[in-house]
Amino acid sequence: MKNVDSKSHVRGESVYLDDVPLLQGTLFACVYDSPIAHGKLKSVDFGEAEKSAGVVKIITAKDLIGENQIGGILPDEPLLADEEVHFCGMPVAFVLAETEEQARAAAKLIKAEIEPLEIITDAREAQAKGELIAPPKTFKLGDSEKAFSECEHIFEGRADVNGQEHLYIETQGAYAIPTEQGGLKIYSSTQGPTAVQRAVSSVTGLPMHQIEVDVTRLGGGFGGKEDQANAWAAFCAVGTQLTKRPVKFALHRMEDMRMTGKRHPYSADYKIGLDKDLKIVAYEAVFYQNAGAACDLSIAVLERTLFHATNSYFIPNVSATAFSCRTNLPPNTAFRGFGGPQGMFVIESAIVHAAEKLNVSAAEIQQKNLLQDGDEFPYGQIAESDAITSWTQAAEKYDFEKLKTAAEEFNNQNKFIKKGVAVQPVCFGISFTKTPMNQARSLVHVYTDGSVAVSTGAVEMGQGVNTKIAQVAAKILSLPIERIKVHSTNTLRIANTSPTAASAAADLNGKATEMACDAVLQRLLPIAFEMTSDSAYRVSPSGDRSGAPKGATLGEGAPKGATLGGDAPKGATLGGDASHGISFYDGFVYRDGELTSLNWVTLVNEAYMRRVSLSEHAHYATPGIHFDWSVAKGHPFAYHVYGTAIVGVTVDCLRGIYEIDFVKCCHDFGSSMNTSVDYGQIEGGIVQGLGWMTMEEIFYDADGKLRSNALSTYKIPDIYSVPKEIDILPLETERKNLAVFNSKAVGEPPLMYGIGAYFAIREAVKAFNPEISPKFDAPFTPEKVLMNLYSGYLKAAKTG
Amino acid sequence: MIRFILNNQTIETELPKGFTVLDFVRYRKNLKGTKIGCREGDCGACTVLVGELIDKKVKYRTQTSCLMPLANAAGKHIVTIEGINKENGELTEVQQALVDESGTQCGFCTVGFVMSLTNFCLDETPKTNEMAVSAIDGNICRCTGYKSIERAAMKLCDKSEPSAVADGLSCAIEKEIVPEYFKDINFRLKVMSEPAALNRSLQQTVPTRFVSGGTDLYVQRPEVMVHAEAESLFDNTELRFIKESDDFVELGASVVVTDLLESEVFNRLFPNLYKHLKLVSSTPIRNMATLAGNFVNASPIGDMTAWFLALNAQIELSKPPASADGRTAQTRNIALKDFYLGYKQLAKSDDEFISKIRFRKNFTNFNFEKVCKRTYLDIASVNTAISLRSEPPASAGGSSVITKAHVSAGGVAPIPLYLRKTSEFLRGREISQETIAEAHEIIQTEIAPISDVRGAENYKRLLLRQLFTAHFVELFNIKP
Repeated sequence: MKNVDSKSHVRGESVYLDDVPLLQGTLFACVYDSPIAHGKLKSVDFGEAEKSAGVVKIITAKDLIGENQIGGILPDEPLLADEEVHFCGMPVAFVLAETEEQARAAAKLIKAEIEPLEIITDAREAQAKGELIAPPKTFKLGDSEKAFSECEHIFEGRADVNGQEHLYIETQGAYAIPTEQGGLKIYSSTQGPTAVQRAVSSVTGLPMHQIEVDVTRLGGGFGGKEDQANAWAAFCAVGTQLTKRPVKFALHRMEDMRMTGKRHPYSADYKIGLDKDLKIVAYEAVFYQNAGAACDLSIAVLERTLFHATNSYFIPNVSATAFSCRTNLPPNTAFRGFGGPQGMFVIESAIVHAAEKLNVSAAEIQQKNLLQDGDEFPYGQIAESDAITSWTQAAEKYDFEKLKTAAEEFNNQNKFIKKGVAVQPVCFGISFTKTPMNQARSLVHVYTDGSVAVSTGAVEMGQGVNTKIAQVAAKILSLPIERIKVHSTNTLRIANTSPTAASAAADLNGKATEMACDAVLQRLLPIAFEMTSDSAYRVSPSGDRSGAPKGATLGEGAPKGATLGGDAPKGATLGGDASHGISFYDGFVYRDGELTSLNWVTLVNEAYMRRVSLSEHAHYATPGIHFDWSVAKGHPFAYHVYGTAIVGVTVDCLRGIYEIDFVKCCHDFGSSMNTSVDYGQIEGGIVQGLGWMTMEEIFYDADGKLRSNALSTYKIPDIYSVPKEIDILPLETERKNLAVFNSKAVGEPPLMYGIGAYFAIREAVKAFNPEISPKFDAPFTPEKVLMNLYSGYLKAAKTG
Repeated sequence: MIRFILNNQTIETELPKGFTVLDFVRYRKNLKGTKIGCREGDCGACTVLVGELIDKKVKYRTQTSCLMPLANAAGKHIVTIEGINKENGELTEVQQALVDESGTQCGFCTVGFVMSLTNFCLDETPKTNEMAVSAIDGNICRCTGYKSIERAAMKLCDKSEPSAVADGLSCAIEKEIVPEYFKDINFRLKVMSEPAALNRSLQQTVPTRFVSGGTDLYVQRPEVMVHAEAESLFDNTELRFIKESDDFVELGASVVVTDLLESEVFNRLFPNLYKHLKLVSSTPIRNMATLAGNFVNASPIGDMTAWFLALNAQIELSKPPASADGRTAQTRNIALKDFYLGYKQLAKSDDEFISKIRFRKNFTNFNFEKVCKRTYLDIASVNTAISLRSEPPASAGGSSVITKAHVSAGGVAPIPLYLRKTSEFLRGREISQETIAEAHEIIQTEIAPISDVRGAENYKRLLLRQLFTAHFVELFNIKP
């Protein structure tokens, strides 16, 4: 089953924000943003800009009718700078003009007088100066201090990992339209329609019911549009409120890159203690998160760093502390993995550090410490672990030992080309760690022609969530997928949505859709029972069934039997007598397993005639999850996703460049409900993770100016830089889980396989230059590779 | 007025000739399938096909419409996805392959891939896996990790029989990769170009600003370029030739990188041409970027500048005739290595443009090296090229002497650098490890790299040393 959008995608007919037809009178916008990273805003000169051709209005903080505030978690983020600017790219004014060109030209004429203040771009410096977004957080298990006193080996070190630009190919943007009685309709390229609605409500002073937010799809999100779509929508909303005209703003790439936050850079200190059998007995880590100038989602990201600070390993004594540090960079934000990858990079660095000193392979330490069933995570949840299973299955299928030996032999024979291999296990918790967010709603309408419309809170951004939701509806209603249409995400149809994030959208919204479809079906069953009690319907339809929709629905296989739990059409599929022996298959009603001549459309019409509701709005809340921050313990995740990847690289030691040879992973899908979507998520996640660990280098200068501010200076993987081979082995497991149809979340976990590339490159570098112990400092750019390969060159240059 | 064919429609527009094709198709023609990703030719989301009459045949190449002025569309066939889609709603082979392999996720970059792969199917490149991937080397996707797209591209190779290569276009029409109306484009373009509508000679007023492929000017200052009264040199047929004589090769200044790749002369003189030029930007940009544009941009890391510096090329500068009837343009010649006076400062007046490039064929060895953060489709941290004449012609192991040497280096000075002292030093030296080691010392005195987003000073110094070493590894297998 392919993505339901794929046909319109390849024909260029899918609609994104910039494709929404414009209304007459639409104004275009441009932001004037601060050229200075920190300073007092003394004055702004709009003289020339106001007189510039086509300019209708220039909006500053003073013009806002509502509050100058769009902060999601903390109210610390003004929409427009008022008295101070806090980062380069912070919006100061918003220009509205008759054309986009005029708006941009006018914005260039604005001049701000800014008295510079001290600029902090480094997280550790911010922490030392007390610039914290919130008080630090700590996770503890056992007694690490005591445990260290009993360790055979202790290693301490530092690990740094840079941020990452989302680089959704569709930039941020919004389009606001005035509706009657002062209301607003907002088209937004957002992962969080409700977040946009709240932000718009805040700055306009309008109640939320006056604000409709609509999202058809995104041209990529990756977390970058979870909270950071708010500002652009808020600007357009304010512009519309003040001019009564539609306002559109779609950012240019460089505006997007310099004004929006990215994955958080982290710096960390670690201390790891092992016993003589290489069991990790104790682990301590202190994380310094570079939050940027405002909270945004930083606290939540910080928490997930702690949740994943021990990755797939069981460590009995842990103390992990994390500081969210305020700096003069754009507020950093969600990005696939949400702090988890940074936490994992640090524990992997600690393990590699220990392995290097103990002269054992890192894989040996990794393997000896994998989580087992019943092990406790530092946050109190008890593991139902497939860490060992996935490791074993990967090691066996891909013959890890052979791969490693082959690399060693190759290295012995080649002086200037070296290979490296690393293993990267991943354990990632699924659920929003803020428990209340784990709820979703779905609205299902069955129309009298038998077609079905579904709306949920999930936003389609390429991850295939609409496809999965359509599959859920098709499966429950036993209809072909063509009869299901998943509509745009709209705050009038679905209220109070959680953002599409945390890999959880298909689970939460899929479950809600399952419930809604089920509820409609429940109302149809007695009618079907009654109708098929009439002998007219008891005869099987002879031959011609063309009136009925064909084929069911799930996965790629042949249509499977009745979909309410059983495998073949048979009665009692809703449990007990509630089903009246009625089931559905292939658009027809079955009674006691026997085909009848009653079809779906006839049944639906009869229900309508009897004034039975054909619509349902269902609510799902993940059961069994809880977390108590006062003790930092609980059961925050519905389940974990496990996997193990083996990553191989080749380094050209003459030039300091490298290629990724392969990523071979055993990944835990549960039981995938759509393998083509899920494999795509894995391949895409891996490559995004590799990019983060290799070529993607965010570069702010000391003045807080982004130098990697365009696609020419910030490089994401192209087709030549992806692994020559990506092999995916579905983990075989019989475990049940809380995922929709047992199909586990797949969005984020694969990204972290990419971390293996960092350590594989490190292996290869060390094979060339055994003297060097490269710093744990990601990404491993060609520059760092070459400098480590020829560490002697610099020394010679200095003394020479 | 500019006339061209957009999909199946003849266009006549009075819009400024600097207006981009991207904005034209999206916002004037409501063809929303072509997407905006970066507006600097680095993502390929806005890729279109550009068909041009060459030797009585319509030849299609991909270009990024964001950097393409309407002036450069004149007299051509511009094709967007809407001009490819089948009217009955079915998918073309290219589209179907992408769907079948799940090569589309968010869909935003997808159309660019469809266009590039469509071009692959209708042009005359061999239908190998390598060339299929090469066709999409300018398309960036953030969702899929490319493997699915790669699989789709491979599918297109498997199906194309070698015999189909001869006339790609007819074959593509037959296979419904492009619609029927493509058959008439040849005739329509011919008619369009006949009534002297395309006066390629220089305009009446003396221009002081020139644009050719636009791949730098439209990145650096797009707003200015839209309204600039710039003379387009891109389609000036007098500036698009590659000629070989006994001692020299002479090129028109508007030759694009792809022309080199397709040139018999260049493939003969530069045995690693494809491998080296693959390092230079991407397919659509190579289809647009002219040699002269690269030279006058004066970027210290211009790839083609480094290349031609190492050939010790001469350039011819021309002034447009002062009046329309004055047929003879004023010209003068200058060595490319003398063209650069300082950062972005050229030994050229505003009303001069580069018209020709000439280099001697008397080298026996040539190599080009380039390292950047991302190996392909990136700007170099450091690049370098070398041409040598060795006597007797060096073969691995044998001892021979360098009689002529020219070495260039990019990214290590405010200008694209011709390494004068190093080149001079190499002349008369034996090809040996000692020579290389001594040259290293000299190179370091000639360069002055700065730390920036492409690397720290130390790194660039080390990198140039390594790449210089690599020249000798590649050419003579002399390993350090």
